[in-house]
Order: sequence, then C-alpha cells, then structure tokens
Amino acid sequence: MKRTFDLLKHMKSLICKEAFVKTLPVMAGYVVLGIGFGILLRGAGFGVWYALAMSVFIYAGSMQYVGVGLLAGGASVLSAILTTVMVNARHLFYSISMIRPYKGAGRYKPYMIFALTDETYSLLCDGSVPEGEDPHRYRFFVSLFNQCYWVTGSVLGSLLGAVLPFSTAGIEFSMTALFIASFTEQWMNTRDHVPALTGLLSTLLCLVLFGSERFLIPAMLLMTLALTLLGKRREGNA
Amino acid sequence: MNAVALIAVMAFVTAMLRFLPFLVFRKRTPAYIVYLGSVLPAALIGMLVVYCLKDVQITSAPHGLPELLAAAAVVLLQAWKRNSLLSILAGTLLYMLLTQLVF
Repeated sequence: MKRTFDLLKHMKSLICKEAFVKTLPVMAGYVVLGIGFGILLRGAGFGVWYALAMSVFIYAGSMQYVGVGLLAGGASVLSAILTTVMVNARHLFYSISMIRPYKGAGRYKPYMIFALTDETYSLLCDGSVPEGEDPHRYRFFVSLFNQCYWVTGSVLGSLLGAVLPFSTAGIEFSMTALFIASFTEQWMNTRDHVPALTGLLSTLLCLVLFGSERFLIPAMLLMTLALTLLGKRREGNA
Repeated sequence: MNAVALIAVMAFVTAMLRFLPFLVFRKRTPAYIVYLGSVLPAALIGMLVVYCLKDVQITSAPHGLPELLAAAAVVLLQAWKRNSLLSILAGTLLYMLLTQLVF
C-alpha cells in the first residue's frame, strides 16, 4: 500500500517536472512582461491589488496592457467590452483548435480553457505530450505554471517598480523567440506547409494594408477564408 | 469602483471568448470546425510571429537588423538542435546584446 503511494507521488512529481521544463521558455518572458505591466499599472495610479486581480482574473497579456489605458481613462463599460473583443478575438481560434486535444480533460478542463494564452497555446498546440503521462494533467500544469509566472511578474512590477539592478532591455524578445521556435519546430514536423504559409502571408498582407494597430482581425478573417477555400479545393481533388 | 467594474468586464469577455467554442461545439463538432482546428495552429503561430515583429521599423536604422539576426539564430538553432529552451535563450541573449551594445 505504501509502495503504491510512493509510486503515485513519484509520478506526480515527474509530471510536474516535465511540465515545468516545458514552461521554462515562458518563465523569463512572462516575469519580465508581467513586471512591465505592474509598473505601468502603478504609474496609472492602480496598486498591487489591481495588478493581482487583473493577472488572476483576466490573464491575457496584451489585453492587460490595453486595460491600463482603459482604467486610467475611465472608459465606459461598452468600450471596455468592444476593446476586449477586438484585442482578444484570436482566443476564439485557439479554442476552436483545442476542442479535440482538450476532449475528456474532465475536472482540469475549465481551468485549461480559462488559461489558454498565446504562449500556453504555442506550447500545447502541437498536441505532443511526454510519453506515459496523463496528457490532461500535463497540460493543466503547463497552463498553471505559466499563469504563476505572469502573476508573480505583475505583483513584483507593482511592488518594486523600476528598481531592477541591471538592464533588461530587449528581454521582451523572448516571447518573439518562443513563437519563432514553435513555428520552426512545427514546420519541421509537418510536410504540409500550406497552413503555416497561409497564416504568415495573410498576416503580413493585412499588416501592410491595415497598419499595425488594426490588422489582427482582418488577418484572422483572411486566413480562415483562405484555409476554407484551400480545404474545399483539396477535398475536390481527393 | 468603476475600475473594479471594468476589470470584471474585461475578465468576463476574455473568458467568454475562450469558452465559447467549447460551449457551442460541446455535443458534436462539425467536420468544418475539426478541419479548421487542424490547420489553424500552424497558421496562428505564423500570425503571432508577425504580430510580435509588427513594430519593427525597416525604413529607419537599424532597419530591423537585430530582430532579423536574432530570429535567424532561433530558426537555425531550432532546426539544428530541436531544443526550444536553448534556441529561445540564445536568441534572446543575442538580441539583448545586439540592442544594448551593438546597434
């Protein structure tokens, strides 16, 4: 009986370790960006409890940065709703592609859906899970660790402000690097590069056409349309 | 008080966007949505790469050179070693050095 218990405990810590290692690339970026958010929010006149509440309950990086402006400017509820929909519409797409992988996740599922950020998505969207592990438990811990880094960063930023002893300028590139690495890995794991190229080119095109402030939603619509047409054509050829 | 209400609204709308597809397709997922779910990850990661680089100024110095070099380092390291942690750390360090010391 005791041996079984020890074995269970060991398995538990193993799954935590694998999830922890997987989230290490996100840690640096989230702590730093979280600190940036905390500093910004304090500058706008909202202290640590607001930083904590936003990072725990909203938990969406770019939205929280935009949210500082909304809070500081005393935005109306309606404009807060519209802004959130515009900035976060991409989460609809993340969720659509996670319907299958998250199937059967049971009690882990609500939190996993709530915590599906850009970075968590990029860690989990290839569907790979370390061998011999409960995939849902593993994904749950990856999601949870990431939010812990984000919350920690926000609170630190709010409390410590701008007193970091060394220059961290440029560290925000870790998020970019994370997406580039995911893109490369995904590219090498598949023969069909059409979806990746469709996403890249649609977004580039919309960036040029609509400018850097409002290109995301047109880009998502364009890539959905392109992928739909490409899917139909392939179906027709098959 | 207004701030608390705004935070609640942002939290609620964000959660709705995340939960909606799961709620709508709870019983049965149409083939079209399954297809989208299979091709969207690659496309969305491509979108995020562009999104992160959207504010890079190509027309003025340093012409996006630090971003280009660091991005190339990440791609090459990832293709060579297949170790995300390594490529991300090395690429980020390279970028920090380039922006703080070189450009």
